[in-house]
Amino acid sequence: MKEVVISGNEAIAYGAIYAGCRFFAGYPITPSTDLAEKMSYLLPLNGGVFIQMEDELGSISAIIGASLAGKKAMTATSGPGFSLMQEGLGFASYSEIPIVVADIERVGPSTGIPTYPSQGDVMQTRWGTHGSHPVIVFYPSSVYESYKLTVEAFNYSEKYRTPVILLSDEVIGHMREKVRLVEDLPVIERLKPNVSKEEYLPFDSRYDVPPIANFGEGYRFHITGLTHDETGFPTSDPEKAETLIERLHRKIYKNMDDIGKFEAFYTEDAEYLIISYGATARGAKDAVIELRRKGIKVGLFRPITIWPSLELPLREIADGKKVFVFEMNLGQYVLEVERILKRDVVFFGKENGELITPEEMESCIQKSL
Amino acid sequence: MYTEISLENLRENKLPHIWCAGCGNGIVLGAILRAIERSKIDKDKIVFVSGIGCAGRSSGYVNFNTLHTLHGRPLAFATGIKLANPDLHVIVATGDGDLAAIGGNHFIHTAKRNIDMTVIVFNNFTYGMTGGQVSPTTPDKAYTTTTPFGEIEEPMDISYLAVASGATYVARETIASPFVLEKYILNGIMHKGFSLIEAVSSCVTEFGRRNKLEDPAIYIKWLKDKSIPYSKTNALSVKDGIVVGEFINVEKEEFTEKYYEMVKKVRNEERD
Repeated sequence: MKEVVISGNEAIAYGAIYAGCRFFAGYPITPSTDLAEKMSYLLPLNGGVFIQMEDELGSISAIIGASLAGKKAMTATSGPGFSLMQEGLGFASYSEIPIVVADIERVGPSTGIPTYPSQGDVMQTRWGTHGSHPVIVFYPSSVYESYKLTVEAFNYSEKYRTPVILLSDEVIGHMREKVRLVEDLPVIERLKPNVSKEEYLPFDSRYDVPPIANFGEGYRFHITGLTHDETGFPTSDPEKAETLIERLHRKIYKNMDDIGKFEAFYTEDAEYLIISYGATARGAKDAVIELRRKGIKVGLFRPITIWPSLELPLREIADGKKVFVFEMNLGQYVLEVERILKRDVVFFGKENGELITPEEMESCIQKSL
Repeated sequence: MYTEISLENLRENKLPHIWCAGCGNGIVLGAILRAIERSKIDKDKIVFVSGIGCAGRSSGYVNFNTLHTLHGRPLAFATGIKLANPDLHVIVATGDGDLAAIGGNHFIHTAKRNIDMTVIVFNNFTYGMTGGQVSPTTPDKAYTTTTPFGEIEEPMDISYLAVASGATYVARETIASPFVLEKYILNGIMHKGFSLIEAVSSCVTEFGRRNKLEDPAIYIKWLKDKSIPYSKTNALSVKDGIVVGEFINVEKEEFTEKYYEMVKKVRNEERD
């Protein structure tokens, strides 16, 4: 167990190597670049492949190819690059190829402020592609969590045969903390077929998550981004199209007990509840402690799984409490909170490159007491 | 020597194909399948990658590991496959729009890396599947659905661009000479490095219909008449003609090998 002082982005790189990632393709973009740089060093030393591609479209395409050829693969980017990766994300989701994408957010829209933090990609992670497919998104709040959630991102991508997005922001990505790189985390491998070559169906609907063969192992199968049936070949039969899209949703939503992660901080006796994630949640913890000192019963609900939404735990924990949502954008996750709770909540957000301070949160809460 | 297309290499239950009557793509696919048969490579180790468009649909018909990717991205997917598992033989089927327009950036960079794969570009001068729009290779003055008054941009020469970008095997032939085409594809498969074979194909339904080439036989004769052997021109690209032949066939360090040699070296150093 190594104790090191590293950045959140570097922690993602170490987590990826630990999880068995042996392929990285990417295109440099602030503030995600140091992650790629770390991988360019760590991967060759671990027998893996790093390639700097010509653009983000190529990067995500290359990691999908690498995953099909049997390597655990990832890329890293930021807002504008993440936009370019959306077509590949849709492909990986529909054709059920395990990949991990780290999106280290910067201020937007467009090229925005490259070196300042934001949480403006929350909706892009969910709705950036076209069509209806679920997605798994984790959001760390510390350097250690960046490490741990990266390992889990690979595990979930393999377990559910789906892309997993690690959403982080410039603050978490670039701040340095002392962390123990623990090495007793479980590592999950993809489920391989054990049927004959003739019987193999790459999208066998008898399973929620069908086993997946690697190219070159003797199972000759077809992968396409077109709507496909159990055999993997294109179909335009509405019934088969529905079977596929329903299974994609089922394999994620049925397992929310496994996928849904959150932190509840002083929520049990709370009358007021802050909902906040990533870098913003760190300030929110200070606000909770300070307000508690003043006798105001505040708690924090920190979603770690950003998507799919944590509907049940959020409803339970928010029950009877006045809810405040703080995020570094002008209103994204708050829409989901309002949808789930079916009531108005107090929102405070900004997307000017500045963190929301604990004092700002405190005064927002005190004003509405 | 005539090579039969092995039915084992075709997914017969996926036929007939969707290509129009008179389309030249079947001739190109036939040449690819015969070349693969002659190459004697293990079929389980072949990954056949394609993009979007008429040529892109070919991956569904052939019985290998097959991947039908996104528009313009087959070379990037192929790069990931080859680098992740160098034991695999990667063959890419793409079209002029797929490779040279939306995929232009991936094209020049994959060639630059000299990564070992064989790319067969079905060049039919048009976007056939979307209904006959202009493509980067559409000849000067030709009519398409998006150049109703005739094309005014100069056409792009795919083979020329491949050579300039660093490809180490580049050849061009039309469907009027399918056995020469087959030979070039075989050479490309056996070549270590990035090889590109430009197969000039026909599109009677979309391109031909608008340019007095609606008869498949006349179309093929037109391609034959326009063909000029490279040995006679010494120029890769000429106006109003299709230069055919082997343009480059050189040995250069291949990217995947170079990469894994570096890995071996740094890992040994680490242990010392």
